[in-house]
Amino acid sequence: MVKANSIPRVWRERTIKYRLIGGKCKKCGKSFYPFRRICPRCGSEEIEEVHLPREGKLLYYTVIRAPPSDFEEYAPYVVGIVELKDGTRVLAQITDVVEDQLEEGVDVEAVFRKYREQGKEGIIEYGIKFRPKT
Amino acid sequence: MRKVYVAGIGATKIREHWEVSLRELLVKAAQKAIEDSNIEKKKIQAAFIGNMSSGVLQGQEHLGSLFATWMGIPGIAASKVEAACASGGAAFHSAYLAVASGMYDCVIALGVEKMSDALTGDVTAALIMADDQDYVAFTGASFVGLNALVYRAYMKKYGAKQEDIALFAVHDHKYAVNNELAQFRREFSLEDVLKSPLIADPIRLLECAPTGDGAAAVVLCSEEYLKEANNEVKIEVAASTLATDILSLHDRDDLTTLQATVRAAEKAYKMAKISPSDVDVLEVHDAFTILGVIHLEDLGFAKKGEGWKLVKEGEIELGGKIPTNLMGGLKARGHPVGATGIYQIYDAVTQLKGEAGKNQVDDAEVALAQNVGGVGGTVSINIFRRVR
Ligand SMILES: [Zn+2]
Repeated sequence: MVKANSIPRVWRERTIKYRLIGGKCKKCGKSFYPFRRICPRCGSEEIEEVHLPREGKLLYYTVIRAPPSDFEEYAPYVVGIVELKDGTRVLAQITDVVEDQLEEGVDVEAVFRKYREQGKEGIIEYGIKFRPKT
Repeated sequence: MRKVYVAGIGATKIREHWEVSLRELLVKAAQKAIEDSNIEKKKIQAAFIGNMSSGVLQGQEHLGSLFATWMGIPGIAASKVEAACASGGAAFHSAYLAVASGMYDCVIALGVEKMSDALTGDVTAALIMADDQDYVAFTGASFVGLNALVYRAYMKKYGAKQEDIALFAVHDHKYAVNNELAQFRREFSLEDVLKSPLIADPIRLLECAPTGDGAAAVVLCSEEYLKEANNEVKIEVAASTLATDILSLHDRDDLTTLQATVRAAEKAYKMAKISPSDVDVLEVHDAFTILGVIHLEDLGFAKKGEGWKLVKEGEIELGGKIPTNLMGGLKARGHPVGATGIYQIYDAVTQLKGEAGKNQVDDAEVALAQNVGGVGGTVSINIFRRVR
C-alpha cells in the first residue's frame, strides 16, 4: 500500500540520477543536487546545468536499522551526506563499508549501484552510491 | 484583522485505538471541544482538519466532508490541511485566519492520525514522504535517519554529548505520568534511554516519539461569540505564524538550526508583542531528543549549542526558567503525526486555564506551541494569552 512504485517516475529522473547532474546558480553562486530550474536558496532562474564531481568527503552518516517497508530486505545500511569537491552536498547510501567501522570525514567516490526493486514484477531502481576511496 | 479566541478544547487519549476508526476519533475530539466551548454545534461555520497520512495509512481522503457528515453538520466549509507533522499547526493557522479575517465567526481546527492499523515498515515509508520522494526517500533514508544526521552534526559542531541530549526523553516521561491523555504514563531513567535499541545511529528507540492514534480539536471564535458563550476563562490567540525552509537537509548550510523556527518565531513574538522571557509555558516538537534541544535554542531560550544545558540544569522543569512539555511532549504524551500540533495547543491552553493538575504552572498567562513538519521544512508557532 505504502509505495511510490512507478516506472515513468524512475524513467524521467534517469539522466539526473545516473549522471549526478546538478545546478549552479549564476546569481548566488551556490550549486545543488539534483538539478532544478530555479535556485532553492535565492529564487534565481539563471541556472547552469553541471556534471558534479564524483569525489568528495563524507560529512555525516547514520545506519538505518528500522527501514521503510520497501527497503526491509537491505537493512542495515548506511545513509549519509557527502560534500563533493565543488562543495555541493548529496544525500546517498554509503556502500562497501562495515557500518561500525566508518568514520566521518573519510574520502569517498561515486559508484553506480542498485537501490531497490519495485516488487517481484516491477523494475529495479539504480542510482549513485558512494564508497570510501581506497 | 480582528481578535480571535479559543472557546473550547477537546482530545482523545493517545494510544493504539484498535476499536475506534479515524472518523470516530475526529467526532469524539470535536464533541469534547464543542462541549467545552459552550457554543452550539450548529454555530460552527468551518472546519480545518490537520492530517498527514490518512490516504496511505487508512485509504481515506476527503476528510472535510467525512467529518461534516459524521458530525451531523453537512454544509459547513471543511477541508484537510497537510504539512507533514506540522499538519495540526497548519490547520490551526488556517482556522485562525478564517476568524481573524472576519469571514467566519466560529471555526473548529482539528488534528487526527490513525497509525496503528498499518505495519511498522509502512508507517516508516509513509513518514519519509515528508521529504523528497525522488531524491531522499529513494535512498532508503528513514525519517529517524534524517534526524540522526542532524544529531551527528550538532554533536560535532558543539561537542555536546548524547547523555545530555537524551535527558529530554527522561524529562517528558516524568511529566506524562500525570497526564491522563498521554500514551506512555511511566518514567524512564537515562540509563534506560541510552540502553534502548538503536533505530538510526546515534538515535535510540527511547529518544523517538512513538506512533499512535488520536484526535484533538480547538473551537475558535470572534469576540462577539465569546461573549455569548460566557466562558469563565478567556483565552486569546496572541499570534499564529507559519514558515517554511528548504525541504531537504543536504540543501541547507547548517543542519543544527531550523530556519523555519527562527522565521516563524520572529514573526510570532512581534505579533504577540512579547519576547521569549514573557513565555510561561512552552510546548516544543521533540519528535527526537535532539530536536527538543535545538528548538529551545531556535526559539530564543538558549544560545546556540547550549540548549541541552537548560535541560540538564532543570530549567525546563516545573519551577524552572522555561517550563517545557509539561504534559509529556511528543515523546511521552504521544505523536499521532497530523494531530500533534492540536494536542500541543490543547496542552498549552490547559495550562492557561489552570487545569493541568499536578503539572500546573502557577498563574500561567502566556503559552507558546511550536509544531514542526518534516525536518523543519515547515514550522508553525501559536501563542496564547489568558485575558484577565
Ligand atoms: Zn541562487
